[in-house]
Amino acid sequence: MKCTVNGRPQEIDDVWEGESLLYALRERMGLPGSKNACEQGECGSCTVYLDGTPVCACLVAAGQAQDRDVVTVEGLADEDELHPVQQAFLDAGAVQCGFCTPGLLVATHDLLERQPQPSDPEIREALAGNLCRCTGYEKILDAVRQAATAKAEQ
Amino acid sequence: MSTPTRTDQNLGTDIAGGVGESPLRPDGTLKVKGEFAYSSDLWLTGMLWGATLRSPHPSARIRAIDITEAVRTDGVYAVLTHDDVPGDNVYGLEHADQPVLAADVIRYQGEPVAIVAADHPETARRAVAKIVVDYDVSEPLVDPERAAFDVDAPALHAGGNVLRHLPIRKGDPDATADVVVRGEYEVGMQDQAFLGPESGLAVPADDGGVDLYIATQWLHVDQKQLCRVLGMPANKVRLSLAGVGGAFGAREDLSMQAHACLLALHTGRPVKMMYSREESFFGHVHRHPAKMRYEHGATRDGKLVYVKAQIILDGGAYASSTPAVVANAATLGVGPYKVRNVAIDCYGVYTNNPPCGAMRGFGAVQAAFGYESQMDKLATELGMDPVEVRRRNALHEGATMPTGQVVDSAAPVAELLERLKAMPLPSGPEASDADGYDLRLLPGGVSNTTHGEGVRRGVGYAIGIKNVCFSEGFDDYSTARVTLKVTGGDAVATVHTAAAEVGQGLVTVQQQITRTELGVEQVVIQPADTGVGSGGSTSASRQTYVTGGAVKAACEQVRARVLRQASKVLDLPASQLRLHAGKIVSADETVVGAVVDILGDETITETVTWRHRPTHPLDDNGQGNAHVQYAFAAHRAVVDVDVELGLVRVVQLDCTQDVGKAMNPDAVVGQIHGGSAQGLGLAVMEEIQVSGGVVRNPSFTDYLIPTILDMPPMRVDVLELADPNAPYGLRGVGEPPTISSTPAIVAAIRHAMGADLTRVPVQPHHITGTP
Repeated sequence: MKCTVNGRPQEIDDVWEGESLLYALRERMGLPGSKNACEQGECGSCTVYLDGTPVCACLVAAGQAQDRDVVTVEGLADEDELHPVQQAFLDAGAVQCGFCTPGLLVATHDLLERQPQPSDPEIREALAGNLCRCTGYEKILDAVRQAATAKAEQ
Repeated sequence: MSTPTRTDQNLGTDIAGGVGESPLRPDGTLKVKGEFAYSSDLWLTGMLWGATLRSPHPSARIRAIDITEAVRTDGVYAVLTHDDVPGDNVYGLEHADQPVLAADVIRYQGEPVAIVAADHPETARRAVAKIVVDYDVSEPLVDPERAAFDVDAPALHAGGNVLRHLPIRKGDPDATADVVVRGEYEVGMQDQAFLGPESGLAVPADDGGVDLYIATQWLHVDQKQLCRVLGMPANKVRLSLAGVGGAFGAREDLSMQAHACLLALHTGRPVKMMYSREESFFGHVHRHPAKMRYEHGATRDGKLVYVKAQIILDGGAYASSTPAVVANAATLGVGPYKVRNVAIDCYGVYTNNPPCGAMRGFGAVQAAFGYESQMDKLATELGMDPVEVRRRNALHEGATMPTGQVVDSAAPVAELLERLKAMPLPSGPEASDADGYDLRLLPGGVSNTTHGEGVRRGVGYAIGIKNVCFSEGFDDYSTARVTLKVTGGDAVATVHTAAAEVGQGLVTVQQQITRTELGVEQVVIQPADTGVGSGGSTSASRQTYVTGGAVKAACEQVRARVLRQASKVLDLPASQLRLHAGKIVSADETVVGAVVDILGDETITETVTWRHRPTHPLDDNGQGNAHVQYAFAAHRAVVDVDVELGLVRVVQLDCTQDVGKAMNPDAVVGQIHGGSAQGLGLAVMEEIQVSGGVVRNPSFTDYLIPTILDMPPMRVDVLELADPNAPYGLRGVGEPPTISSTPAIVAAIRHAMGADLTRVPVQPHHITGTP
């Protein structure tokens, strides 16, 4: 199976047809950033971009990514840098255990691409598919607001 | 002007990021980059994948297990059953009553029967499916009252079905009162629903032992149980904490630890096990369902005269932490109120339901739904404001608990309620679109079930009490090793404990304490492992108190050695020296030396085992100083209820909590937010549906936890009334907000609909009254 992940070509062999894109990323490509919390598309922890559209990688068969472009949490910023969304989650205290964080970062990144200055109801609607058990979401809302401000100032 | 001393006289600013500040968490950057190594991310060349066969029946005997076809499967390296357990086939936190792999009796659906290691997770799962177990299925015992009190009920364990009965007797058992309210209440089975499912990697070692990388809450209690199962001494069973994706009590018991070690030792290969979400629902204990009967007697002016209660907690098939849950529910059973006469009987019972044990606020959560519902009922009966009736009975410092224990530090029950009541209330549903309503702000949301018709607003209050740290004479301690040395020209402290960071921010607090105590900026937190003494459990809101206390004590010893050395070098009495921002400062605030010069190439290491003040067992009447510390939080909930459809939207959820000392104010508020959300889940969403001992909803599709749409804005007010017995005066933070959140929301729903609700989670038909 061949695809592009975070701008780099990837090729993996012996993919069993039942393997998900999430499994391929985590176990075959050495990119465990996307998380496996429910594996049925309810929690959003595995959210990645597939050709620019956020998807639950657990619900995409690895084979469906053939010749397509995948971006994961590891690809949101260059090696030693943080994307404003990542920095905002860190600064706002929106990260506790952090297991939901990779999916929320991709979902927030997508939201701010579509709507640079979202209202609170718009943030809640956009992130309703990402479960977090630690934070009660208040500081996640703070983080999204901060990220929107930071991006606007860039 | 030159200075006569050889040392820079600038005292410098305080070291940033000490106690009371909110520095960023040291693992945060890795977490936002997706590079933090959770237990499920671990990987080794040549590793195998483990999988578990679990019983589909809640009650059965095993006649035979046939592993022939599973063993023959290509890619399978091992298929193990109870016969392959080299040590004792039993584990448990305090009561070892749970088999590692079922030998003959099945006591709950999901009980592990056999384990497989294979070269691909799907191969392992398919091999599991080929194991044939011949079950003699029997009728499960699922009613905890029957299990406890029906002499004809089968005994699930040798000692009978009542694992613990704790009576509390205080004052006159025959007290009477002018006003009496009675109620029966039920709490459903809640799941911790941490995001990172159980996982770990066991690696066989050259010395015949095993190294286990594991997401857990208490490395040493895992180690102790594993040694017994594996028949190995502690130096052969070494545990390291892997990244933990939340815990909330669910990782206090063993899950896959023993299974992965057995498979690794058997195959000689590293073995990774990682539960799916469905398996996770069977792989850990849950919050005890409760049935509670309460009777409150009071005077006409709202003063409590007596409380009688019977509390039955369904512990399910195995003991887990049920005895401690019983203790909390009983000793905290009247809530944060002064009551002269108390008669409580609390039972923890074995059934064939899923095993229940630790979840955030255990015992206290269940009781709070009972006693707070009763306080509201009493207020209604008296025609009194619900806050006023609570205020009139509010516990305070110097008051006596039902156990006879005197509350010997701040107990600002009345103040927490008054501050809550003084907060502004939100306005009604906003008119924001053409129809006059924003659907996103109404019960039912964008399902478009109402435009406001049938929607009633309600406001409810509740307050809760929780014990902090382990109780009843438990030897509760933590160990910290602190090292100070010069690295790259700077003094660098290293802190090594076995205490589990599970997301709450203990690693940050350890750094803060070390910066404050040693005056150094750079503090390295070593990975937690069993190479240092036990840190105790990350539970009971205890780690900042106990491991924080241990780190503080170790730093104090390191500091004393630095100052003794400085005293020799500088020829000044050590008692007149202190550390400040990397400098040695004398009594007259003169900088007399630098820590780096005093240390030179020496490494100073101190290891301290630190205990909080002792607690004591309860006597036959439930009397005794069983708890270390009490903590309090209160909530006010505002809800909109569609009374025709039974749909609820929580509009606002405000919280006041006394934390003694906010060690890290941002993290404190984060704990309050998260704990309140779990209480909201129990109030209106979350229940593991069990019928006939069988779980009906083991998935995130069917077990619903709050999303960002379900959580309302929260206003949080933190009090800091120091406890003189605790390090820095701090009070445990994690659990109290989970306790009062649930009854406050239910009170608000009752207020909106004007009728009683006696069970959580509240479901639509409870509100509409339809079957």
